[in-house]
Amino acid sequence: MSQALVIVAHGSHLNPGSSAPTYEHADTIRAAGAFDEVRTGYWKEEPSLREVLRTVEADEVYVVPMFISEGYFTEQVIPRELRLDGWDVADWDSDGLSADVATYVAEDTGQTVHYCGPVGTHESMTDVLIRRAESVTEDPHVGEGFGFAVVGHGTERNENSAKAIEYHAERVRETGRFDEVQALYMDEEPEVDDVTDFFESEDVVVVPLFISDGFHTQEDIPEDMGLTDDYRTGYDVPAAVDGHRIWYAGAVGTEALMADVVLERAAEAGADVSSAIEAVRETTRVAPGADD
Amino acid sequence: MLARQFDALVDEAESGIAFDGLHVARASDGGYTFGTPDHEATGLSEAELHAHADGSPYVTNWYFWEREVQRHDSPRRAFLRRAEAAADHDPGERYEALREGLVTEWGHLRIEATVDPDDGARRYDVRHVDDADHAVADLEAHDDPLDAREIAKYDDDGMYRPLKPATNTPTGWVFPDLDWRDAVETVELFLPATVANWYREQRGELDVDHWTDTMERQTGIYGVVEELPREAVEWVAEAACDDSQCTKRREWQYSADDELAADGGAGVYPCREPCSLVVAAGRKWTKLEEEEPREYTFHLTPSEKEQVEGIVEAVADDRVDEIREADVYEDANRYRTRYLRAKLFDDHGNLGGVPTDPEAHHDAEAHDGDGDSHGDHDADNHDGDHDDHDE
Repeated sequence: MSQALVIVAHGSHLNPGSSAPTYEHADTIRAAGAFDEVRTGYWKEEPSLREVLRTVEADEVYVVPMFISEGYFTEQVIPRELRLDGWDVADWDSDGLSADVATYVAEDTGQTVHYCGPVGTHESMTDVLIRRAESVTEDPHVGEGFGFAVVGHGTERNENSAKAIEYHAERVRETGRFDEVQALYMDEEPEVDDVTDFFESEDVVVVPLFISDGFHTQEDIPEDMGLTDDYRTGYDVPAAVDGHRIWYAGAVGTEALMADVVLERAAEAGADVSSAIEAVRETTRVAPGADD
Repeated sequence: MLARQFDALVDEAESGIAFDGLHVARASDGGYTFGTPDHEATGLSEAELHAHADGSPYVTNWYFWEREVQRHDSPRRAFLRRAEAAADHDPGERYEALREGLVTEWGHLRIEATVDPDDGARRYDVRHVDDADHAVADLEAHDDPLDAREIAKYDDDGMYRPLKPATNTPTGWVFPDLDWRDAVETVELFLPATVANWYREQRGELDVDHWTDTMERQTGIYGVVEELPREAVEWVAEAACDDSQCTKRREWQYSADDELAADGGAGVYPCREPCSLVVAAGRKWTKLEEEEPREYTFHLTPSEKEQVEGIVEAVADDRVDEIREADVYEDANRYRTRYLRAKLFDDHGNLGGVPTDPEAHHDAEAHDGDGDSHGDHDADNHDGDHDDHDE
């Protein structure tokens, strides 16, 4: 029986870059050949979440949300728009971080849909955060002498969003690879504005746990951290701030290894993709000589 | 006819072939029957069958549809059949036409199908309808369907296109030589889900969600849109869904038993529910319609009144860029408009010096209306999974 992967994301009416990482990761996975079809669907672009399943011929569809955390979109909007018959968030049996998969029939197409948890809460996302640090420093062994900050929104809008930040910050810490690891937020303490206050290390890699680059990652955060007075003039990498060198990485979702997280989600939902995972881990390596 | 095509024909003859005018069967005595609308022969040996089949468009046509495209009852097959008007012409006529190139249109896409008469393989040239007369060499040629995503992302002025079926499809590109798979994929990437929805409509199975259906389902910041008055939905359809704005044919109405008066358009593929752009704009209009009208008094000359109307017309019809710099006879000419501003606006941008809110005398903020223009954009500008349900 043929199997398809559908990656669903927010998209944007205003920002042409919003869909770019989703397309890129879909292309990586398509090239790896594990799925008969790989498609993307969006809340704000086309095909819409409402219509994406009908563009897929396969009867067996793995849907992976390109979202950072469990919440409004993954629990309400996506299942509703995909018309997952009988969707109940309890089927994920999640503590806010542990959603894996729940399977339903799509009402309008009759396809079997394996609805996966978001990429942002998967454990392999930690590897992507670290890979992002390697990419921005162009050093496959970056870690010693470096601090590492994971940046998120905070709890103002979604409690689970902060959980995901804490979770990955802790996992990066556990690797022991970086001298210091800190979770920072845009709208609550500890705030990203004060990034240099939280690190002894002269060099600090800052990686926002966001899917795509946009308003927050390209305008707010660089200005808040003092990398630049005006985002339109750009910023240096690294940038000197209060005696530190800030290596600002931009949205983690743009890192090529994100394709691996999407595949891991689908694999855990039962998709036969093991050879593709190997291929993607290899082909998305940016920093030469990196060892996972 | 290729050897594998004849082998397939012989194989399939055992169970019998009846497709697009071709009729092939094998009798119990082992003899083959070969028939087309023009001619029929029976009791044929395999060698004789080969002689009849070789060079017949009916055979390569059968192979193309039944052994390559396959997938009966699928949108892609129906779309490709449409691209060569297969329902109207038998393979003999069709091959004649395909030799020259058979052209169909799909929104702003022009699709020209051709055939290699030796093996029945179809090739497709996909480009903007406005580029019909251009040589391939004069256009930017592509061969990877995925390129369509990037092309479709920006209009000819380089502005982002959030709505793919909108009428600002860029020109100047061509996919000159696609096989059938890539042709379908290219169309899908330029105009997502249009083939699937057209196919459902052809079968009488299009699932239309009318305005009230779609708005009742909205939550979060879009939950308010269902409060937009019935008459305003007419204006939404006229503003956003007219053929001048979108190539889809609007099939959704206010509700299943309450049709909108606005013209749904003549597009080939249907629009089965208000799109996300209409929902997002509908939210803004819902908020704007919550305001009560006020009476303002302005003093305008007759020509100034007409100029204001002319400016609105020019913006609404996207004609501003066409108005020449020195064409001061145009109401929306830049110098004419700047003159109007210099004469009629006060230092705070108030028309005729009349404050928007009489209570807020000369308060620049008052001119900003609801003052949340940025907030309205939030869900778009933000990157990931913004909880846009609690504003």
